[in-house]
Amino acid sequence: MSTEGATGGLVLQSQQQRFLRPVVALWGFTRRKPLGATGLAILVFATVIAFTGSIIAPYDPFETRLDIALQGPTAQHWYGMDNLGRDVFSRTIIGTKVSLYVGLVTMLMATAIGLFLGVSSAYLGGKYDLIVQRFIDGIVAIPSLLLALTLVAAFEIGMENVILALTVVNTPRITRVVRSSALTILAMPYIEAARTIGSSNFRIMLRHITPNTFAPLVVVASAAVGSIITAEASLSFLGLGVPYDTLSWGGLLGGDTRQLFISAPWMAFGPGVSLTLVVFGSAIFADALRDVFDPKLRGR
Amino acid sequence: MRNYIIKRLLLFIPTILGVSVLVFGALRILPGDVAELILTGGDPDVVVTEDMKAELREETGLDKPIHVQYLDWIWGVARFDLGNSWNTNRPITRNLKRQFPVTLQLAVASLILVVLIALPIGMLAALYQDRWPDYLLRGTAVLASAMPGFFAAILIVLILAAGFGWLPPLRFYNLWERPWDSMTQLFFPAVALGLLGTATLLRMTRAQMLEVLREDYVRTARAKGLTERVVVTRHSMRNALIPVVTVIGFQVAVLLGGTVVIEVIFSLPGMGEQLVRAVLLRDFPVVQTYVLYLVLISLLVNLIVDISYAWLDPRIRYA
Repeated sequence: MSTEGATGGLVLQSQQQRFLRPVVALWGFTRRKPLGATGLAILVFATVIAFTGSIIAPYDPFETRLDIALQGPTAQHWYGMDNLGRDVFSRTIIGTKVSLYVGLVTMLMATAIGLFLGVSSAYLGGKYDLIVQRFIDGIVAIPSLLLALTLVAAFEIGMENVILALTVVNTPRITRVVRSSALTILAMPYIEAARTIGSSNFRIMLRHITPNTFAPLVVVASAAVGSIITAEASLSFLGLGVPYDTLSWGGLLGGDTRQLFISAPWMAFGPGVSLTLVVFGSAIFADALRDVFDPKLRGR
Repeated sequence: MRNYIIKRLLLFIPTILGVSVLVFGALRILPGDVAELILTGGDPDVVVTEDMKAELREETGLDKPIHVQYLDWIWGVARFDLGNSWNTNRPITRNLKRQFPVTLQLAVASLILVVLIALPIGMLAALYQDRWPDYLLRGTAVLASAMPGFFAAILIVLILAAGFGWLPPLRFYNLWERPWDSMTQLFFPAVALGLLGTATLLRMTRAQMLEVLREDYVRTARAKGLTERVVVTRHSMRNALIPVVTVIGFQVAVLLGGTVVIEVIFSLPGMGEQLVRAVLLRDFPVVQTYVLYLVLISLLVNLIVDISYAWLDPRIRYA
């Protein structure tokens, strides 16, 4: 947006107006995409819960009260008690953090790596491109949850390794999208112009190609968040995700809940509904972003 | 057609080889002493002597160079001699023979169900575009797809258990043994597994149908006085389905990953539970072989999907 500064458009704006600009943009988004704004609201709400979880949780999530173990929902314990007499509501609240953290960090890492591989693969071409693309073809041929399982088998169980495994699983898609969009950009006259004035390869990739892959990147990266959160929950559910003592929605649904949910369904409802809601929120938010950033799909 | 199928089957070989290198490499190349990991089970308090490690390495072939290990394994796979599990020391083939059909049946059943649900509903949504059936169907689909398969499975089991006193059966019957029992057994797991794929496919069907309904030849068909039913079924449907079939192919991989989780909840004796246990125990021969076979299923189903193209679009003739 440096051109705006040069014409003085931005300079004339008062401090207040500049502050209001994101608010106005958000309001416009809400009006045009009410469903997407609902998704965003769900995500913001979940983020607030994730940050304040340890304060707003009414009970210590690890405190065991065997006298009321497996008690159903009551006024004091909204989501009931688990088999060791721990408050499911507090455990669900604390578990929010893992889902959002893994979803967000994995998405950022996959985006960074995918952006790097995609842009460099398109720009450098040749053998490098071929090797990267064949490697990605291989990864894509393996169903993603299976690949994640395999990688988890190779690592030790832990949150960092879940993030690492899911990054490997989610990078190929982003790389492909970035690469194909970078290939179109490469044919643009302004790339030739940049080359003519003697810009280095690095500068062209960083300043001319990367910013222009932004729209498809936002679309594909935002769409990945929901599936990353689901994948983390699936792994944790199977006991292969975050360690047992780290509370997560998937972990809360797995473990003992797997045997007990028929007689104590409240052990599954809280974490399951929260998980569904957050994945739903990120899906409709991603949908709205796609409509905004991808004009080809507008109106569908 | 026959030549095309043979060509596609031959193309499986490089794909399977590539996947096998990736899976094998991922399991071996990462840091950490595998022998120690297996013996301690990841528990730092367990003390392991060098002798124990050396013995395990010799037993499992971990002392050989990595390319020899790989060639041993892949040559075994080619001869259907899959070696022994590190954990039980029994041949992998024995369990796999029993579990492979279960997973295959579940995946295929779920795919059929997805298609049977998603295509008609997608078309219905297109025909009622921007009216309440459209909103209702699409909204439900997005919500259903947001629900992780294993939570959907838990809900289904709960409803069945509370409403009908149903519990996961103790013994699984293959389709060719007792067809009716097998189908009823697979129905609910297949529904839970299919939820995710349904929404994607439904939206794709709707979008394609909307596009086709705006084509000139559809207007011509209407103009010459054909009934709406004929216009929809004969002129629009087939044409809308062609790109949808491609998406069905993509869904197969998602379904196969999901089978692992669904099998665990419904206690189906498929490959999933064994795979999860093998991952926990770091039983690498089982992990790599099972993943390879699941990829094989995905390739086979994809081939079936591609062949159905020819039926949909007579212009496509596989030579």
